[in-house]
Amino acid sequence: MSAYLSINNIEVIYDHVILVLKGVSLEVPKGKIVALLGANGAGKSTTLKAISNLLRTERGEVTKGSIEFDGKRTDKLTTNDLVKLGVVQVMEGRHCFAHLTVEENLLTGAYTRKISRAELKNDLEKVYHYFPRLKTRRTSQSGYTSGGEQQMTAVGRALMAKPSMILLDEPSMGLAPQIVAEIFEIVKDLNAKEGVSFLLAEQNTNVALKYADYGYILENGRVVMDGAAKDLASNEDVKEFYLGVSSGERKSFRDVKSYRRRKRWLA
Amino acid sequence: MQFFFEVLIAGLLSGVMYALVALGFVLIFKASGVFNFAQGAMVFFAALTTVGLKEEFGLSLWVAIPITMVVMVLLGIATERIVLRPLVNQHDITLFMATIGLTFFIEGFAQLVWGSTVRKLDLPIQDVPIEFVMERTGMLISQFDVIAAIICAILVAALAILFNKTKVGRALRAVADDHQAALSVGIPLQHVWAIVWAVAGFVALVAGLLWGARNGVQFALIFVALKALPVLILGGFTSVPGAIVGGLIIGASEKLAEVYIGPYVGGGIEGWFPYVLALVFLLIRPEGLFGEKIIRRI
Repeated sequence: MSAYLSINNIEVIYDHVILVLKGVSLEVPKGKIVALLGANGAGKSTTLKAISNLLRTERGEVTKGSIEFDGKRTDKLTTNDLVKLGVVQVMEGRHCFAHLTVEENLLTGAYTRKISRAELKNDLEKVYHYFPRLKTRRTSQSGYTSGGEQQMTAVGRALMAKPSMILLDEPSMGLAPQIVAEIFEIVKDLNAKEGVSFLLAEQNTNVALKYADYGYILENGRVVMDGAAKDLASNEDVKEFYLGVSSGERKSFRDVKSYRRRKRWLA
Repeated sequence: MQFFFEVLIAGLLSGVMYALVALGFVLIFKASGVFNFAQGAMVFFAALTTVGLKEEFGLSLWVAIPITMVVMVLLGIATERIVLRPLVNQHDITLFMATIGLTFFIEGFAQLVWGSTVRKLDLPIQDVPIEFVMERTGMLISQFDVIAAIICAILVAALAILFNKTKVGRALRAVADDHQAALSVGIPLQHVWAIVWAVAGFVALVAGLLWGARNGVQFALIFVALKALPVLILGGFTSVPGAIVGGLIIGASEKLAEVYIGPYVGGGIEGWFPYVLALVFLLIRPEGLFGEKIIRRI
């Protein structure tokens, strides 16, 4: 299967000095969910912002490598252009418009589309179908809704742009496990029924690997490991360091993170 | 009693003039979360440009006003391009400082182009009492003030519809809440800001014409912006109707205070009474009468 979104060896520098991504390459095939895993500061969010070109507002810059979506280079495009092409980012920490109602929040998502009122209403109903909870809260200011509802609003808002690819940044942040599961179920649903591809940045490795098809693990701005979600979930190193399950007795420090030693020559 | 009403109505009508200036602030604050210090300078610039075109080039008022309109829109777009665009997602205070810089630039630029003499602006509206009202009730109500109030009402209605009922208005409010999130859903910040600065330029033009006709077009016009401050605090920085109600309250209360409290303290309280009122309001309702409640998750 050919890559829908592909990133080739990009390097990202903030403020002209801070090197955050040191050559990251990854691919998202059409119609798949790909997870981007790693600890705090590994570069997950930066990777997503590099794709959506939100990086510029944070004084970051892609200095090397290329990003292609559907066969076209996207480095020079604005976020607005990308949304029109069908790539929308749902930012970490939800970022709802606090003073707008839930419904107004959703409507802002359709800003780039030139559609009739009826179509707009239709799309709105579709979002409410996936997130019934939002329908009951439609007239509340989103600043007063719960964290889970805000996350749903943020995803619903992105859906209103009719995207073919959603860059979902840390959807589980600060939410109860039950809500996290609920949101991931909806992601899976959207993927299956609407054919939306997902690139998912997550710290919650366990949940992410359960729903994703493929995974990449980032450490210090490099991809240190990748593989099918099933394989990653059963990998000893991943289990030990990301899933928190250890097999039997404690390992010696010398033996840990074999992949890191294996790939050291790349640095 | 009749005297009381005369003072009250004169106060309300002068309040409308304050509201007109406050409106420009509200527009930009609502759409970008920035307190635009340069609004007063824009009012001055608009008035001066209209008069300048009229006097230096001998154009009629009806030609000079549309040309000024175009100049104000261009100024708005240039502001977005040169001042705001590089500052996306920076602190509010950074943007505020940028508008202070802009104030001095516009001031200097306006005087560089048109000189610093006080000019007279004649609008085809006369500042005479309305005879009809005078005959019926004996009250002296300025025709000029009433027309200014009507213009203001039309402007407010148009802006309220723009903000609350249209797609662009929704985008404007979204941008005010969160620049980056607005960008992320594909709202082109640049366009939105250019639009709002252009509209603010238009409001500045209307305010400049009316104030200029009343006080003469001069440097001091910049300071009418300071009169808008208590209006904003009272009405709320984010509310278009708030600017109007705030303006009315400030206008009426300062005139009534001057007439009824003034004599006891030796007069001259019109100048500072609005600020005291604003201060009291800040203690009770920091977001103003109609401002958006500050939402904070705990």
